[in-house]
Amino acid sequence: MLKQSDVMENLVSKIYNINDTICALATPIGVSALSTIRLSGSKSFSIGDAVFKPIKKETKLSDALTHTIHYGVLHSKNTEIVDEVLLSVFRNPHSYTGEDMIEISCHGSVYIQQQIIQLLVDQGARLAKHGEFTLRAFLNKKMDLSQAEAVADLIASDSISSHKLAIQQMRGGFSSKINELRKQLLDFSSLIELELDFSEEDVQFANRDKLSELLDNIFKEINSLISSFSVGNVLKNGIPVAIIGKPNVGKSTLLNAILNEEKAIVSDIPGTTRDVIEDTFAIKGITFRFIDTAGLRSHTTDKIESLGIVKTYEKIEQAVFILYVFDVSLSSFKEINDDVSDLLEKINDKNKHLILIANKTDQLIETPKGFKNLVELETIFVSAKRKENINLIAEFLVKTMESQTNFNNTIVSNARHYEALKNTLRSVEIIQSGIDNDISSDLFTTDIRTALHYLGEITGNITSDDILNNIFSSFCIGK
Amino acid sequence: MLLEYDIIVVGAGHAGCEAAAAAANLGSKVLLISMSMSNFAQMSCNPAMGGIAKGQIVREIDALGGYSGIVTDNTMIQFKILNKSKGPAMWSPRAQSDRFLFSAKWRELLESIENLDFRQDNVVSLLIKNKKIEGVKTELGLEIKAKSVILTNGTFLNGIIHIGEKNFKSGRIGEMHSEGLTQNLNKLGIESKRMKTGTPVRIDGRSIDYSKMIEQKGDEEPKKFSFLRTPKLQNQRSCYITYTNSEVHEILKTGFNKSPMFEGRIRGVGPRYCPSIEDKINRFADKENHQLFIEPEGWNTCEIYLNGFSSSLPEEIQYKALLKIPGLEKVKIFRPGYAIEYDYFPPEQLSVALESKVIENLYMAGQINGTTGYEEAACQGLMAGINAHLKLNKKPPFVLKRSEAYIGVLIDDLITKGTNEPYRMFTSRAEYRILLRQDNADSRLTPKANEIGLVTSERKNLLNEKQNNISELFKFIEKFKVEPEQINALLIEKETSPIDQKVTLKQLLSRPQIFINDLINNIDVFRDFVKSNIIIEKEDSLEEVEILTKYEGYISKEQDLAEKIGRLEELNINENLDYYKLTSLSSEAREKLNKIKPRTIGQASRISGVSPSDISVLIVYLGR
Repeated sequence: MLKQSDVMENLVSKIYNINDTICALATPIGVSALSTIRLSGSKSFSIGDAVFKPIKKETKLSDALTHTIHYGVLHSKNTEIVDEVLLSVFRNPHSYTGEDMIEISCHGSVYIQQQIIQLLVDQGARLAKHGEFTLRAFLNKKMDLSQAEAVADLIASDSISSHKLAIQQMRGGFSSKINELRKQLLDFSSLIELELDFSEEDVQFANRDKLSELLDNIFKEINSLISSFSVGNVLKNGIPVAIIGKPNVGKSTLLNAILNEEKAIVSDIPGTTRDVIEDTFAIKGITFRFIDTAGLRSHTTDKIESLGIVKTYEKIEQAVFILYVFDVSLSSFKEINDDVSDLLEKINDKNKHLILIANKTDQLIETPKGFKNLVELETIFVSAKRKENINLIAEFLVKTMESQTNFNNTIVSNARHYEALKNTLRSVEIIQSGIDNDISSDLFTTDIRTALHYLGEITGNITSDDILNNIFSSFCIGK
Repeated sequence: MLLEYDIIVVGAGHAGCEAAAAAANLGSKVLLISMSMSNFAQMSCNPAMGGIAKGQIVREIDALGGYSGIVTDNTMIQFKILNKSKGPAMWSPRAQSDRFLFSAKWRELLESIENLDFRQDNVVSLLIKNKKIEGVKTELGLEIKAKSVILTNGTFLNGIIHIGEKNFKSGRIGEMHSEGLTQNLNKLGIESKRMKTGTPVRIDGRSIDYSKMIEQKGDEEPKKFSFLRTPKLQNQRSCYITYTNSEVHEILKTGFNKSPMFEGRIRGVGPRYCPSIEDKINRFADKENHQLFIEPEGWNTCEIYLNGFSSSLPEEIQYKALLKIPGLEKVKIFRPGYAIEYDYFPPEQLSVALESKVIENLYMAGQINGTTGYEEAACQGLMAGINAHLKLNKKPPFVLKRSEAYIGVLIDDLITKGTNEPYRMFTSRAEYRILLRQDNADSRLTPKANEIGLVTSERKNLLNEKQNNISELFKFIEKFKVEPEQINALLIEKETSPIDQKVTLKQLLSRPQIFINDLINNIDVFRDFVKSNIIIEKEDSLEEVEILTKYEGYISKEQDLAEKIGRLEELNINENLDYYKLTSLSSEAREKLNKIKPRTIGQASRISGVSPSDISVLIVYLGR
């Protein structure tokens, strides 16, 4: 759970910075012909001008009249065109929020939506929290009480835990890495605070060289995370779907059936897929990344193969969907049931979806034993070889994603983490330049606090009490 | 004799004295009741004022018109600025005091206040009508009426002293404790808990061999606490440092089975940052020695406070261990160290004015609110005294924000988060450390105190002159430009890059390597300007200009933040709001909010268990 913070929260409590310019998707996530992204706040027009290239070259959003529409393209910093759009300009107080506002009508691809939001964030906008546009509308007296109450409920439903869950879903080991770095920085911060608050006493001093080393580490880690993590990538890379099962149940054939191409090596020799093979496939606008894995044999002497199995478990960790494939013509229900309970125990995450795929229906001579039980487990019966019922898998995936409110949050929180990572990077640079310029500890700790705050935004906030507790438990102080 | 007052202050420790002085100076008729008229403002523990974060508090108390700074300046025997190398935000004044003069000076100052009466007695219960205070009842059977009562009972309520296996009722060694009041408050619906604190042995300075210790002198140019023209320290007494060793530790360990702490006789929670020597040995077993400070208790006494050796082990164990400490081989004990357990009232039960949420016009300040330290107590007393007076005069409470004063941080922490261990101030508790410096306490707070009428004209004038100096200096350094040939020699000497065109003095001063005195010494025009224009408190003004220039970026960053967060502090919440009706709040938030009843959205956001989304919900409902 996120820890409720006090001091740090105060320090950079971003939620209520009503001076910030905020942006978010205003239409539902997913694919449609068009979607709308909303940008609201005092910097809306300057941000708009920075990313928008109008067809009429002389148009400047900053000078545009309220309630006018402008046609042009959005481009990234290196002038790469992201999308053709229509921008609607609303000047305060004549807008939904009562502030200066732009609505961007863009094409309805999830990828494009995220690219645009990232552009806006890069220019200094911040992602809106759930209900924040409405909150501003309310604060600017743009709506009445009953509407406002609805917003209150909406905000309340935006639970913090789903936010955290989202990272785990998408990135697996990501948050633990950040946590580790944060812990190291927190320890360091404690050392320096110790120096400051207890300097009269016989305390050790924080080693600045070690801090530089740590900062360098953080810098590298965050940088690589940012490049692997940038918002578009997650969506471009797709929602991970792991295909697992015993050797030779037809996982690779299933992957090929889904992708419609010969990707994996398919043979009758069990254990052919030694590495993990991945490919992405868009179904109804949502991109899924299918991952074929080595078969899960409990006893294998082949080193390469057992390595493959380790990788398989890693992929299960990262996946949102796990397709458990079994040979319906050969397996007994008990066997499957045992395997599934084993798996569920290993996965132990309610937010991963385990789907049973009964393959090789083409080989069935009679109704399989335990058919009724399998149906109860919502098993999908397919024949990968004949490409029968493959569409059922696709439909199931899409339906689940669409019905999942977390999906929305996941994407939002991805963008939010991108923002936090960038801020962390910036503050780490400031700390380092402080060390280089030998600035005094009081200033220096201010910068460390800022960095800790941003890292905390990703992992759960920290408090000044954390630092004090850390000090009290680790050092002998007090006269 | 008058038996009816505006305000009665119960207890004459650091909190009680400040409370009585402030309320009386503001014009209330005040009675200060103490169990012993000869023990005003006792330094029950170490004979020192200030220190890191605490020194800043004393400066704030002074800037607000309190007396702690003035008393310290008049009675100190050594002065130091701690953390001199850590940057101005960390500079912390600290003084060794003459414990006896300190108490006497307080009494002298209090006696000079017109509206203030005194009485020696023990308050055993409160007179209450319809949940509103009406006065107090004393042990001698007196009923004294008052519109408000400020409780500052320190460690006296059901105080029990522990030394080894001995324990006895006492509020401070050699003094009675006070019974009855806690029970009375409990009955009225105010919760109490137990805390513990300790103090080290006092020894005979004539038995110490100082040659085996390290001398610690005061600053060569001692400063002072008060912004007023209090006397400057001419002579100073030194402190000394010595260390424990494994032999000392082994002896102390032999007493562990008789320790009231380890044997569970003490249940109250003690402060982690002020552990007893046995606690240090126990918890940090691999540390071979612990630092001890020899602190004289005054100019003319041989009594020595042994800082770092707080203990509640049996006296003979303490004695045997002391004999193994370098320099203490022939030590004589005046008084053994001891632990004391006492009642406190969890401070979440108070409003931001330090007024009880249960009984109207009842205020609490100091150690009974779960804090530790003279400075922490004194500032609460001052704030309670001010607020009791303001309320009687139908004025809004005097509240300091977290961005305005350490005092604001302290009170907000207490009433919002409560405390389970004795609360001491640390600079790391403040999120605006760069703003809350000791040098600018007067600019931060004196104007505020002036508005409520607690500032003398002398104080006001001194601040005005200082601010004038500062603005004149800024005008000059922002305008006056230096030619490269005038300054490059100095810049090269200071290992900073020379200039190739004219730059202002301010630009030069913002370089970390260049100090204002360098410029004064090297630029004749500037030196002449300072000489002829800056008359009053020259050093302070120059120092402030230097800090404001060098820290400009960080200061404005924190000011921006403070302003942003400040908006939340201005969103007031109706104190009668029924949080249980706000079903959109999480259930934990409902419970906590109902208990604390925060005054503003800002305060609500600091309550543990109240999440950002709960706050959004509150903001929306505020529109009602």
